[in-house]
Amino acid sequence: MTIDTSDILAALVLTLELAGVTTLVLLVIGTPLAWWLARSRSLGADVVGTLVALPLVLPPTVLGFYLLIALGPDGLGGLAGVRSLAFSFSGLVAGSVVYSLPFVVQPIRNAFEAMGERPMEVAATLRASPLDRFFTVAIPLARSGFLTGAVLGFAHTVGEFGVVLMIGGNIPGETRVLSIAIFDYVEQLRYREAHLVAGGMLVFSFLVILAMARIGRNIGTVRP
Amino acid sequence: MNRFLPFSALAVVVSMASPAAAESTVVAVAANFTEPAREIAAAFSEKTGDTAELSFGSTGSLYAQIGQGAPYEVLLAADDERPARAVAEGLAVEGSQFTYAIGTLVLYSADAGRVTGPETLRDAAIGRIAIANPKTAPYGAAAVETMRKLGVYDALKGKIVEGSSIAQTFQFVSTGNAELGFVALSQITGREAGSRWVVPAEDHAPIRQDAVLLEAGSDNETASAFLDFLKGPEAAAIIERYGYGAAG
Repeated sequence: MTIDTSDILAALVLTLELAGVTTLVLLVIGTPLAWWLARSRSLGADVVGTLVALPLVLPPTVLGFYLLIALGPDGLGGLAGVRSLAFSFSGLVAGSVVYSLPFVVQPIRNAFEAMGERPMEVAATLRASPLDRFFTVAIPLARSGFLTGAVLGFAHTVGEFGVVLMIGGNIPGETRVLSIAIFDYVEQLRYREAHLVAGGMLVFSFLVILAMARIGRNIGTVRP
Repeated sequence: MNRFLPFSALAVVVSMASPAAAESTVVAVAANFTEPAREIAAAFSEKTGDTAELSFGSTGSLYAQIGQGAPYEVLLAADDERPARAVAEGLAVEGSQFTYAIGTLVLYSADAGRVTGPETLRDAAIGRIAIANPKTAPYGAAAVETMRKLGVYDALKGKIVEGSSIAQTFQFVSTGNAELGFVALSQITGREAGSRWVVPAEDHAPIRQDAVLLEAGSDNETASAFLDFLKGPEAAAIIERYGYGAAG
């Protein structure tokens, strides 16, 4: 039995696209969220911080189940007039954003907190506007947090399975990501393909965690 | 999470070290047969005092688990290929295979009036149609065969979403995320809502669902007793009530 690499390649490309788009979306919405969570002492911030952390604890099947309902005719799909947003790339992005949210927000939040108030106050005395201060002082100082968040968010989305299984529908080129492909291969007893993809995932995960360690060593110790 | 690994490994070792209690058996059940299997297991314990513990999954994934040493003693598959293969590969007891039910495929929608008959499949306005993974689930393969026979497969191909088992396929349809879906009649038995078309048996190869005694259960009398019960009239009545054809 020959290995059908076009199948695997399509799943690989899709997985990278999904992880890339998800990471970009998470950086855009995660940055202001992390800033607010790092600065605010209100009860609201604690509640939102808890909500953000929930996907760390909840089984992916819980998220998958709620997403299936939320994307369906009685939820967003019905509102959008398309019946359902499940079984589509955008549906997977929505699911992945929720699923990987804490992995992006938490490192950025930690970096903002570690920075303290001082650099921003100094910049303010130099008459930098709040937005200017944020982009030229806060973001560069928190760069290790951004890098960690981006790498973790990307890797965690690549490793996503339960949520995609529940809302994906196994459509080649649209929702059939690598983790689903492995599941499929194992079910069909195509162990050679399963080994190939699973081995690749193992190497990828190893490299990600190694990269995290190197990031921590090289730019983790930023002095303001 | 890693710190729990030694404990779960230990639990597996312990459960394997102590032989299964003589009065119970572990049965792997194809997802389409979930409801009737529960009733049959309940009737079995009521009659004999023994218990059948049920595990559900797609036939494909159950088979992959059995190949890797899962401790199932009986397999109620959704096809006749996997049980035959289990016998051929020495995973099941020779001569123990028999057909316990013939599956009935049905086109279903959660919307009332949506499904009227085979012509529903020719409607160009169909959004998504859910089927079980045809490579692993017999109901999925029968669905593809039916669409081909009706000459609508090429038109519908791009609209198909696959559930990993017939149970998940039904979930896609019953939540309305997929407008239509091919599911097992047993899954919608007792449901009034929605609309359905029972696919004629001649539109696809019969879904012969076979049971087999697995090697792990070859010494367990309860496993054999459960299979005997499955052949008996009480089980047959339950199986027919869920819309399965009687096994010949």
